[in-house]
Amino acid sequence: MRLHVVTGKGGTGKTTVAAALALALASGGKRVLLIEVEGRQGIAQVFDCPPLPYEERKVAVAPATATRPGGEVYALAADPEHALLEYLEMFYNLRHAGTALTKLGVVDFATTIAPGLRDVLLTGKAAEATRRREGGRHVYDAVVMDAPPTGRIGRFLNVTAEVSGLARVGPTRSHADTVQKVISSPETAVHFVTVLEEMPVQETLDGIAELAGLGDGGLQPGGIMINMVHPLVLSPGQLRTAASGSVDEGELALELKAAGLEDSRELAAALAAELVDHARTVTGERAQRRRLAAPGQPRYDLPMITGGIDLAGLYRIAAALRDQGAA
Amino acid sequence: MPRAIPPPLDVDRLIDDRRTRIIVCCGSGGVGKTTAAAAIGLRAAERGRHVVVITVDPARRLAQSMGLSSLDNTPRPVPGVARAGPRREPGRSGQDEAAEGGSLHAMMLDMKRTFDEIVEAHADPDRAAQILANPFYQSLSAGFAGTQEYMAMEKLGQLRRADEWDLIVVDTPPSRSALDFLDAPQRLGRFLDGRLLRLLTVPAKLGGRAYLRVLNVGFGMVTNVLTKILGAQVLRDAQTFVTALDTMFGGFRERADYTYQLLRAPGTSFLVIAAPEPDALREASYFVERLALEGMPLAGLIINRVHQSPAARLSAARSLAAAETLQADGRLADPPGSEPRAGSGQSDDEPRSLAIAVLRLHAERMQLAAKERHVAENFTAAHPLVPVAEVPAQAEDVHDLAGLRAIGESFPTG
Repeated sequence: MRLHVVTGKGGTGKTTVAAALALALASGGKRVLLIEVEGRQGIAQVFDCPPLPYEERKVAVAPATATRPGGEVYALAADPEHALLEYLEMFYNLRHAGTALTKLGVVDFATTIAPGLRDVLLTGKAAEATRRREGGRHVYDAVVMDAPPTGRIGRFLNVTAEVSGLARVGPTRSHADTVQKVISSPETAVHFVTVLEEMPVQETLDGIAELAGLGDGGLQPGGIMINMVHPLVLSPGQLRTAASGSVDEGELALELKAAGLEDSRELAAALAAELVDHARTVTGERAQRRRLAAPGQPRYDLPMITGGIDLAGLYRIAAALRDQGAA
Repeated sequence: MPRAIPPPLDVDRLIDDRRTRIIVCCGSGGVGKTTAAAAIGLRAAERGRHVVVITVDPARRLAQSMGLSSLDNTPRPVPGVARAGPRREPGRSGQDEAAEGGSLHAMMLDMKRTFDEIVEAHADPDRAAQILANPFYQSLSAGFAGTQEYMAMEKLGQLRRADEWDLIVVDTPPSRSALDFLDAPQRLGRFLDGRLLRLLTVPAKLGGRAYLRVLNVGFGMVTNVLTKILGAQVLRDAQTFVTALDTMFGGFRERADYTYQLLRAPGTSFLVIAAPEPDALREASYFVERLALEGMPLAGLIINRVHQSPAARLSAARSLAAAETLQADGRLADPPGSEPRAGSGQSDDEPRSLAIAVLRLHAERMQLAAKERHVAENFTAAHPLVPVAEVPAQAEDVHDLAGLRAIGESFPTG
């Protein structure tokens, strides 16, 4: 797999997972490019570095382990304006005029009037980096794209259809065709980040179903990254009983007392309520987890990182992805 | 360090105040905005207001719970809304009580349809048909960045003018950033009214050419480049569309401005919704600052899904210590009647004692609550005057009126 497209509903940690996936893929002496396309500077925030320019920059190293050498993660904040100027230069040798066009707002105008153009410029950048070669080998071993959320991913990746209203022949069209070829290739996968709640799970299932009808013969779904998974604390029996709302408060109070806690009866009642709450949440999550099995895609559990995501948290998620075989 | 304590946000007071005519719920994606808007609408209705909730893309089951099985762009009555009984509150006259018995309507925004309706309402049938068939119009109304925000505002304006409801609750579209909602309508209006589009739509007159010449670029070059990258047809479609639209109602910008003014009018209140997470509260901060800048009335911040504990007096540290004591005591003896432990394949640290599990869970919850409090305090440190209401996390997804009602009941009162 060379191009990894990462999508997910807002609030599920899409950018964090994309960054962790890039780290995981880089491990083993690889060079990976992480691209963001929404102008949010999310990658800079995740890696805690200054805002990224339109330029590929090294942002992190994947740590070496006993069995694998380290690796490098590069990042790029792609925006349609720069991508269009690059495109104009590549196909029309119009770099100088491009600057004037920017001043006039022509670039803004063109990408506004034709949203498909905007998307093809961004996906085009990822495709170009994926295909780029130097000295007979690929410059990047893998490219990870932090893509738009699930609600917009279909349109975003359906390059050819999106520009079909545009020039029917000529460079835009042939450029779009090249991009679509890369995105539809078996070397490209679309991963879905979700949490175990109804809406994100529904969007994941809808998104995977939608991929089949996109591009030329469907796009390839990749993994389902289940983010923020709580560790299991209760045995299945304990979970069932607690979820039904029954907790033996007397027994609990005795044990709390044995542990040296005061007011154990009152405490037991409060903790029992908490337990029932937890058991119901976990039971709901399990139901959502079962729904995620339906499409038959590989699923990866990513740990809940309490205390906010920092670089260490990112490495932990990357390790979880690697351990489960996602990279 | 002194803890930052925000003023309390009293949602009931806001919805009970008859002068409140519009509540706009905004915030970044995935924070439970739609649910909050629905819960506020239901609560207001059950407290006697005649409410319509405009929602955008709600969870399927939530939509069903409100009786919205189809996306038809028309406010539908929500069945099952309880009638408010007479309340005896100091300062309320008998006349107020007589007015009680509210209602709730809800609708899902269909942006294309809303756009189509504007066109149909303002153009004669022939011209309307011509616009609706225009390829540029079709892509604009179906998926243009900002159209959804624009149409949400348009719908708000329509419902406000219709004056059939005394409270409109708007759930803003799920945008990348909360600010898109404020900017998109104007951006779209500006674009449609923009000089460049006009330059291209009028047969190139001297004015246009002269303007371009100042920048040392030939008019031909601009159209040439645009034609190359977009194709001539796209430009022609855009031209036809804008020309047709222009004669219909003097400029999109004025329309965008009108809805923008509506947001600043007395009777409008903004509620910013966030989850107790750094990203969501950062967005909330931007939004609060932006509203202040625009002179738009902020009612306060609702922090959704806050973890609370009924046993908060037991700290995480003490809870973990107690769990360790139990574990060390060997209170792992199997409960009577269970299978023998050996060979059961369970790892050693799996607690067999419910108390150990409960204590660990409690510690985890307390840690999470502490972290959430920390990010909430950071918000209040930066915005000490913004009233805040915390809504406890629900154990299960909300998918019926009872669930919405429970959220409404959990709004703190001042």
